[in-house]
Amino acid sequence: MTLEVKNLQCIRGDRELFTDLSFQLEESQLMMLEGQNGSGKTTLLRSLCGLYLQDQGEILWNGISIKKQDEDYRRELLYLGHLNGIKADLTVLENLRFNATLAGKIPSTDKLMQALDTIGLYAFEDFPTSQLSQGQKRRVALARLLISKAKLWILDEPFVALDIAAVELLQSIIANHVDNGGMVILTTHQEVPLTSGKIKRLSLSEEQDNLPSSAK
Amino acid sequence: MMSAFWVLLKRDLLLALRRRSEIFTVLFFFLIVISLFPLGVGSEDATLKKIAPGVVWIAALLASTLALDRLFANDYLDGTLEQLTLAPQSLSVMVFAKMIAHWLLTGLPLVLIAPLVGLFYHLPSNTIGVMMLVLLLGTPVLSMIGAIAAALTLGLRGGGVLVSLLVLPLYIPVLVYGAGAISASMVEGLSIQPYLLLLSAFMLLALIFSPWATAAALKISLE
Repeated sequence: MTLEVKNLQCIRGDRELFTDLSFQLEESQLMMLEGQNGSGKTTLLRSLCGLYLQDQGEILWNGISIKKQDEDYRRELLYLGHLNGIKADLTVLENLRFNATLAGKIPSTDKLMQALDTIGLYAFEDFPTSQLSQGQKRRVALARLLISKAKLWILDEPFVALDIAAVELLQSIIANHVDNGGMVILTTHQEVPLTSGKIKRLSLSEEQDNLPSSAK
Repeated sequence: MMSAFWVLLKRDLLLALRRRSEIFTVLFFFLIVISLFPLGVGSEDATLKKIAPGVVWIAALLASTLALDRLFANDYLDGTLEQLTLAPQSLSVMVFAKMIAHWLLTGLPLVLIAPLVGLFYHLPSNTIGVMMLVLLLGTPVLSMIGAIAAALTLGLRGGGVLVSLLVLPLYIPVLVYGAGAISASMVEGLSIQPYLLLLSAFMLLALIFSPWATAAALKISLE
């Protein structure tokens, strides 16, 4: 399986975020997306998910444009953005069960509990998520990674709000996914040590291009 | 695909049960508007019977717009809407589940409270029956049209007011034929069938187009 990006261009207002961006990602590869604040990292990730329509260029999954495969592509995709995507009024377990079912799996309670146990939310399963701390909420969102069968993970700043133990845990979860032939794209300032597979780097910073055109 | 549909429907109902006040605000708003009219217009039997059909429907329109901005706003703010659009199901199906949940929480209670309104306005029992029937046919249309507007104004400042402005003119056909049916049922010899057929046609039309239009509007709003 491959994800291929060809000549992607994205303009927001009168600002050119990136242009002529091309790369290819294959199984067992992890791509770190770098760039200063406002360089278009999140926009790129959202474009890759199909949430944001690029101005020019193509995004191909297994050689076919993602616009044409829609649901088939989304089945292989897991996106975790800045927002956790969990409901404050639901309990931890209900949130995880809903998210898993939405992704097309109907998981057993045992499996969900096991995932919560691993992610460090043991005994919190019946708490409404509104009572959890910021880091714990992030963990609820991250628990999806443990249940997901998706091949391509797109993670936008996944380490935000996590404590040291959780950062290490998440690093090992990501490394594990890459080990098993998965693909990961993430933006972070944190290194992710891999046991196998390959790390690619993509930098979005090209000083001049990032200024508003009026400033040039 | 159906499992995701049911789980979303169930989730929305569960969330509403945990925040019951939101259901009751709509219902009480409806009741208060309805009970204000006799105080302002006068409580003679003939006047009440004459204004009842219009009042019931206008109150229903206003009450249903009241709940619209919450339809997608919460999901938008906490990121669950984003996840819904990325789920490997058609977004129209997901949106349809949300519409049904919205109707069950805001439309159905109005249908069920209608007999009480009938008593306020001294309506004959067969008219109360007709009123419940047309509300049953018309309120889903309100939820479905409203969902399109709610999706379009998602994330805008002052979106709530904008929704009302967008949506109330679109409610006019439902108002005209819904109120017409209730009036017709109070006149000897008039058939209410044409009204019912037209309202059913509106409902079918909304059923076909609104999930698709709402899904498209949501994708634009999320960009």
